[in-house]
Amino acid sequence: MPREIRETLDRKIEDHFKVITDLGSIVEQAILGSVDALHHGDMELAREIYNNDQIINKKRYELEASALITVATQQPMAIDLRILASILDIAGELERIGDYAKGIARIAMRLGDQTPLQQMVHLQKMAELTADMLHRAIGAFVELDEKTALSIPKEDDQIDILYNKVYQELLDLMINDRDNIDRATFHLWVAHNLERGADRVTNICERTVFTTSGELIEFDRSDDESEAF
Amino acid sequence: MNKISIQNFSLQYSDGTESLRNISLEIPANQITVLFGPAGGGKSSLLRVLNRLNDLADVTHQEGKVLLDGEDILSLKTDVIALRRKVGMVFARPVVLPFSIRENLTYGLEVAGEKDSDRINGSVENSLQQAALWDEVKDRLDDPAIALSGGQQQRLCLARVLALEPEVILLDEPTSGLDPISTGKVEESLQGLKQDYTIILVPHSVQQAARTADLAAFLLQGELVEVASGDTMFTNPRDQRTQDYVQGRFG
Repeated sequence: MPREIRETLDRKIEDHFKVITDLGSIVEQAILGSVDALHHGDMELAREIYNNDQIINKKRYELEASALITVATQQPMAIDLRILASILDIAGELERIGDYAKGIARIAMRLGDQTPLQQMVHLQKMAELTADMLHRAIGAFVELDEKTALSIPKEDDQIDILYNKVYQELLDLMINDRDNIDRATFHLWVAHNLERGADRVTNICERTVFTTSGELIEFDRSDDESEAF
Repeated sequence: MNKISIQNFSLQYSDGTESLRNISLEIPANQITVLFGPAGGGKSSLLRVLNRLNDLADVTHQEGKVLLDGEDILSLKTDVIALRRKVGMVFARPVVLPFSIRENLTYGLEVAGEKDSDRINGSVENSLQQAALWDEVKDRLDDPAIALSGGQQQRLCLARVLALEPEVILLDEPTSGLDPISTGKVEESLQGLKQDYTIILVPHSVQQAARTADLAAFLLQGELVEVASGDTMFTNPRDQRTQDYVQGRFG
């Protein structure tokens, strides 16, 4: 491969890293914002996040198209090829996390200005943890930092603990007072979306390890989606 | 099963421009083994060792063993003519004989002593079929071979090798002068031929190496750096030098 072509490929990969970092940032803000909108009954913010999902989807497909064009025109090999294959996969993961944020925003709109349940504090913590994991997972991918990518999925345990806590507490609330069933069910969906979002961050980390090592690994997930009811 | 075993083989030319250093490589039967790497790495030298074409070159030093079906082809007792019938070669530039298409294929057989006209005619069709050229030339077998296109001429050269029913086919950048469609036809015919032959190819690009290799060997400055399946070599090479080369960082 002539040097000029190699430089073109380097530049294109760098461009893709920038786009995926931007997309990751938008999704991160969507997760945080959706839970914030729910907490404060902020309809305007919820609507904005709901509508912004179209932007996330559009960016995902633009990124995919661009990565495919790079594969077709530059014929990358070895780690270059693995980076571009991972970009295709990570773009999809980000879009799905964006869908979870959209789902939470829809619940926020549905609940309107109803007083949130006290489990909101756990949900906010779950959102912060998920957004933080996502931020560092994307950083690890673009820096090709395998060590960080291997460490992030372990933090998913904290999210699972919070999810189980929220689940149990909301169940108790519903059992004790039927008037809570509607709100508690919506809060449960929010917790579920956040927990799934964190699982998808783990998928992103798996892709980073594949990119750097060429090995396809799967982190242990006791609550894997395939096992979920 | 390995058809060829290269054991601790070293070679040096008198001008010192190119050499092979302590190469050990097992070449499996019925697969396409690709020797790739930057120019001057020893790919063609190694290929030429396999049918003793280096006997004609100015080699000052040669050691190690090259076994074909367990027999050392470098032995002084080796019948080189018989070896070259077993191990045929296709070069970068198609060199057709100044005869008809048919005669290009029958010439070698006649020189080799074949007199049975049915066998000779059968071999013409069979070898052209195997080289994926039959459909294009079957109605003009007595036309001059020189009238064929470059891609057709190269497939005729491949058919000429196949007519002699070798066991191993060596190809030294056989598509370097061909357009993409002709290149595709040659590559496609190699995929069919590997059922019956052991194929060793020096490709003209890394992309061709990736497309064709069952087994890939990376040669750099006379050293065999890495050997891996084609699937692994171009997606996840282990040696940093291989990674740099397949990623186009040098060469």
